[in-house]
Amino acid sequence: MPGKLKVKIVAGRHLPVMDRASDLTDAFVEVKFGNTTFKTDVYLKSLNPQWNSEWFKFEVDDEDLQDEPLQITVLDHDTYSANDAIGKVYIDIDPLLYSEAATVISGWFPIYDTIHGIRGEINVIVKVDLFNDLNRFRQSSCGVKFFCTTSIPKCYRAVIIHGFVEELVVNEDPEYQWIDRIRTPRASNEARQRLISLMSGELQRKIGLKVLEMRGNAVVGYLQCFDLEGESGLVVRAIGTACTLDKLSSPAAFLPACNSPSKEMKEIPFNEDPNPNTHSSGPSTPLKNQTYSFSPSKSYSRQSSSSDTDLSLTPKTGMGSGSAGKEGGPFKALLRQQTQSALEQREFPFFTLTAFPPGFLVHVGGVVSARSVKLLDRIHNPDEPETRDAWWAEIRQEIKSHAKALGCHAVVGYSESTSICEEVCILSASGTAAVLNPRFLQDGTVEGCLEQRLEENLPAGCGFCHIPYDELNMPFPAHLTYCYNCRKQKVPDVLFTTIDLPADAAVVGKGCLIQARLCRLKKKAQAEANATAISNLLPFMEYEVHTQLMNKLKLKGMNALFGLRIQITVGENMLMGLASATGVYLAALPTPGGIQIAGKTPNDGSYEQHISHMQKKINDTIAKNKELYEISPPEISEEVIGSPIPEPRQRSRLLRSQSESSDEVTELDLSHGKKDAFVLEIDDTDALEDVHSLLTDVPPPPGFYSCNTEIMPGINNWTSEIQMFTSVRVIRLSSLNLTNQALNKHFNDLCENLLKSLYFKLRSMIPCCLCHVNFTVSLPEDELIQVTVTAVAITFDKNQALQTTKTHVEKSLQRASTDNEELLQFPLELCSESLPSHPFPPAKEHLESASSNSGIPAAQRAVTVEKASPVGEGNFRNRSAPPCANSTVGVVRMTPLSFIPGAKITKYLGIINMFFIRETTSLREEGGVSGFLHAFIAEVFAMVRAHVAALGGNAVVSYIMKQCVFMENPNKNQAQCLINVSGDAVVFVRESDLEVVSTQQPTANCQPLCTGGEVTT
Amino acid sequence: MTSELDIFVGNTTLIDEDVYRLWLDGYSVSDAVALRVRSGILEQTGATAAVLQSDTMDHYRTFHMLERLLHAPPKLLHQLIFQIPPSRQALLIERYYAFDEAFVREVLGKKLSKGTKKDLDDISTKTGITLKSCRRQFDNFKRVFKVVEEMRGSLVDNIQQHFLLSDRLSRDYAAIVFFANNRFETGKKKLQYLSFGDFAFCAELMIQNWTLGAVDSQVDDMDVDLDKEFLQDLKELKVLVADKDLLDLHKSLVCTTLRGKLSVFSEMEANFKNLSRGLVNVAAKLTHNKDVRDLFVDLVEKFVEPCRSDHWPLNDVRLFLNQYSASVHSLDGFRHQALWDRYMGTLRGCLLRLYHD
Repeated sequence: MPGKLKVKIVAGRHLPVMDRASDLTDAFVEVKFGNTTFKTDVYLKSLNPQWNSEWFKFEVDDEDLQDEPLQITVLDHDTYSANDAIGKVYIDIDPLLYSEAATVISGWFPIYDTIHGIRGEINVIVKVDLFNDLNRFRQSSCGVKFFCTTSIPKCYRAVIIHGFVEELVVNEDPEYQWIDRIRTPRASNEARQRLISLMSGELQRKIGLKVLEMRGNAVVGYLQCFDLEGESGLVVRAIGTACTLDKLSSPAAFLPACNSPSKEMKEIPFNEDPNPNTHSSGPSTPLKNQTYSFSPSKSYSRQSSSSDTDLSLTPKTGMGSGSAGKEGGPFKALLRQQTQSALEQREFPFFTLTAFPPGFLVHVGGVVSARSVKLLDRIHNPDEPETRDAWWAEIRQEIKSHAKALGCHAVVGYSESTSICEEVCILSASGTAAVLNPRFLQDGTVEGCLEQRLEENLPAGCGFCHIPYDELNMPFPAHLTYCYNCRKQKVPDVLFTTIDLPADAAVVGKGCLIQARLCRLKKKAQAEANATAISNLLPFMEYEVHTQLMNKLKLKGMNALFGLRIQITVGENMLMGLASATGVYLAALPTPGGIQIAGKTPNDGSYEQHISHMQKKINDTIAKNKELYEISPPEISEEVIGSPIPEPRQRSRLLRSQSESSDEVTELDLSHGKKDAFVLEIDDTDALEDVHSLLTDVPPPPGFYSCNTEIMPGINNWTSEIQMFTSVRVIRLSSLNLTNQALNKHFNDLCENLLKSLYFKLRSMIPCCLCHVNFTVSLPEDELIQVTVTAVAITFDKNQALQTTKTHVEKSLQRASTDNEELLQFPLELCSESLPSHPFPPAKEHLESASSNSGIPAAQRAVTVEKASPVGEGNFRNRSAPPCANSTVGVVRMTPLSFIPGAKITKYLGIINMFFIRETTSLREEGGVSGFLHAFIAEVFAMVRAHVAALGGNAVVSYIMKQCVFMENPNKNQAQCLINVSGDAVVFVRESDLEVVSTQQPTANCQPLCTGGEVTT
Repeated sequence: MTSELDIFVGNTTLIDEDVYRLWLDGYSVSDAVALRVRSGILEQTGATAAVLQSDTMDHYRTFHMLERLLHAPPKLLHQLIFQIPPSRQALLIERYYAFDEAFVREVLGKKLSKGTKKDLDDISTKTGITLKSCRRQFDNFKRVFKVVEEMRGSLVDNIQQHFLLSDRLSRDYAAIVFFANNRFETGKKKLQYLSFGDFAFCAELMIQNWTLGAVDSQVDDMDVDLDKEFLQDLKELKVLVADKDLLDLHKSLVCTTLRGKLSVFSEMEANFKNLSRGLVNVAAKLTHNKDVRDLFVDLVEKFVEPCRSDHWPLNDVRLFLNQYSASVHSLDGFRHQALWDRYMGTLRGCLLRLYHD
């Protein structure tokens, strides 16, 4: 019985007119939590009622607190007939359950109705009193923090990164229950919204329990998705990475006389707890996972799973894992063993993170992915979602084995997705096989000498490119060369990954968004025949998508892809593939060779001419792109080549020349026959089409760059001007005689035009970069293609950007330093660790320095003070609020990135995870489909902003629109849309404001800091 | 391949000033696209016509959604749906309530009713302003009128407070409301030479001096209605022209002072009685609503036109009017000095403004 929820309804404004006679409304409010309902008085005849209610108190289990949303309904009182509902507000009170986040939710919330949209606003105050029950961790998972951000959140430090957590819950979809035939659309929509809210609460709680079992205290990279399986039910599933996070000590902890018992300090002993006790080495695997592996594989799926990997289709024969390569020497073996021991206890050594603490990522193997086609069947028993669990377990197992084949023990940047059409479902998972530094994976006692060697052996900026697999026993015939950066280790000629570009990676020039787009027609079929058809098509699609990506990468003159995301969407009569990634030129990898075109009939003169003409065009494009993206790798001087390479000169030269002229081997070859990725054979119209499509991709207009990763390589001087947006397009295909080529062209045009429109719309922000460009394709009906894009445009300072003459090392250093304190923190620790006088593990040192403040060298202290954020949160909020003269609405920024340029995130307030349904029966009157969806998305943004503002935040980071399901029936004048969004609510402070504060700091004594510390607790 | 749906929603609502202007001017999407193409934007940005079409549609949709809020500007400030920086909000409101000179001249002083609304077609044809834009402007006038009509306190302040307009625009609206309420005739042919600015100037003077609020700001201040009592009292001024001695004395006072100072002295001397009769009779007639409406017609007929036909320079008009008003103080038999000042002070300002070609 450990919680008391208190709610106060203050006032309403801008209510709709409910009584036509008086043009006024008699409004009252129902407040419901669980099964308890309270009501306010009726406030007669006003559109701006002042209820000023008493505190409604709910005494509830914390389990309910986690699962249930607070439901506020505004109604119009009617003496003679039933009261009319004006609208509802659902408030997720989860952020109030962990002490570091928000303490109160208070503010104006839009009143939302699924038929009418937003109808006025209501002012609500919500508080939670939690009993300080030490046992509470056993019953629920209150206190586990959730982050959507796929890196270690900026004001935290990762003590241990435990690993993969997953869970799914299923239920019947209210929309498909028999009762739906007799109830109103509104009732049905609300039942659905409420159910999904409940299910996500439950899911989060269950994941939290798993985290606690692993002795973690947070989930990072939390990704929750809905599968609307129609008749067969509703699945809510989530994956994430369990971590033990340590709040970066606020200055209060470092300054003397400020040893107030603040929250941070209390937590340090807690975090330290697992450290010295090695008996608990490696967190216990969650029970759930074990049941997967031993459960007899119920053949629920009538269709055998067809899966397909990109990089490793070879039959693996006992290679990878344990075998140490000759080149790697004992060090590699040691590292491998250690990582292995840390990871092997986990069933799935997966990490949903895409960016890592420095030193975490040792080597990257390449992209691993798996897909499987399933036939959906009604979920018979919602309490035992075994079928779905088994499906995913199967896929994850496959991913794991692919990673092993690449000599990697872990998969990073891992994500899962589905595409459903009628009763067919494609499950997809992908990630990047990697070798990780065990330091973060388990208790840090064993590190010792290995750590040292690691730092020595891995030169900054190229270490992650070095192959993790055994050179003599390669999983696929890749073309290896000595690393162009350190010249000591082998690297592949191209690198595909799903992660963000590591902050310390040495990059030449700028990056760019690269997309591969593909459509394949498919016959309409039923059930198994349909699933078979899809399974048969999948490998071809994957192959072509990869070929396209590779060709486009070459055309850009680049050699690596980051943030790769391949989406395969299934429709009634077609399959769509869309791959997006950010291409870059990694300094460590060899220069990519060009693209050569070969004709099939060499004797035809005009044909020859045509070919050579095309070849010239391609060469020109490559040259142009190199200029555009400033790709001019430094020529390797003789001296460098000559010096410490353990390889004879002759050979290294040979390798280079090879790689430039006729790179013929790629990882793709083995998997998909003999077609060469770089030599394009024009043997039929298809191929001709391919070449043409290569050349039709128009580069963004001058002043624009785009990428789908967090940061754009080569640009580091962001201004604070950001604009997040969502754009949706639906096209209708004329269904007659569609060919694959025509379809491809339509799809290509759709995406290209969409990008062009974005560039045009955002032209006032030039020079500007579109970051985190996220395309989603869906096929809502036979002839409809829907593309949804969410991204953020950030203006950068052109003058500074022109200073590209610096060497890349300098640049990467600069970037690292401009990045957040998370990065600052690690170098600090590393250097303190290397000091013999400090034999403490990092956490311990923190504790010590916090309590005594003796062990910190002056220089270090200076640094900490420099970046110290004097905690006065309220003070900051006032500062950062823009001087909007008479407006009462504070600005809330939204971004899909994990950071806000020019600002420092000082506090995470909790996860935002919202699901909305909007329906209309007067589509024409609302401006048609465009008017309807435009208004709805604007409303969704508004509701997200309102919730963040009520939590006391001023931004949402890692924002993502996970679902936007749009259905229309113009003949009936109807449309419906479901949207699911999530992100992290934060408080940020402008860096310019921070500087002001920190210059004032010397004069300020500790008093304000102490009080600041209390505020945060 | 047809585009079924095409939208762009920013966390901060994008406002394109050029497109906003086209929208306000009442152009259809296709006309707006054509106009934008002509402006050379495609060459500048390298965009295609399709992109421009989509962009224009998008902005139009946004403006359409914002329009409901613009009808009550404080709502725009407090709403949560569109995140718009304050400076942009101000721009949206100011531009929305801005009006065309040609249009306002057509409806100034007319009753803001359905009947007038029906005439908008003709106004649109006559002025070349799109019907849509005419409607918006007319509805703006009407909306502001409705809101402030019955309100106490300063008219300009009320408008500023409820519509968040700039000082300049609030004053213009005050004039429009004042004219509409008193139904001053402004459409006669002989008034065509006057601009909206001329009328607005007069309206401001009249609001300051001739309304109830002008006397005592503490009472139920109604800036929109003329002070009835004052208008009744104006009958008392009739004595200035009815009493022959007084008229002669007044004339001789004015002539003595101005002799040698006016280039049109002889014309003035010859016309004095006519002019004075004109000005005083205008005052005396203001008791009747009908004559109030004709105030400007009368002023032009009785004063502006006679002077203009004699080619009085503006400076002479000024000297004359100053002297004409001031000399009354020296008329011993005249007891309504304060009334005279309240009337003539405003009238002098108005006449000087109205006196031009």
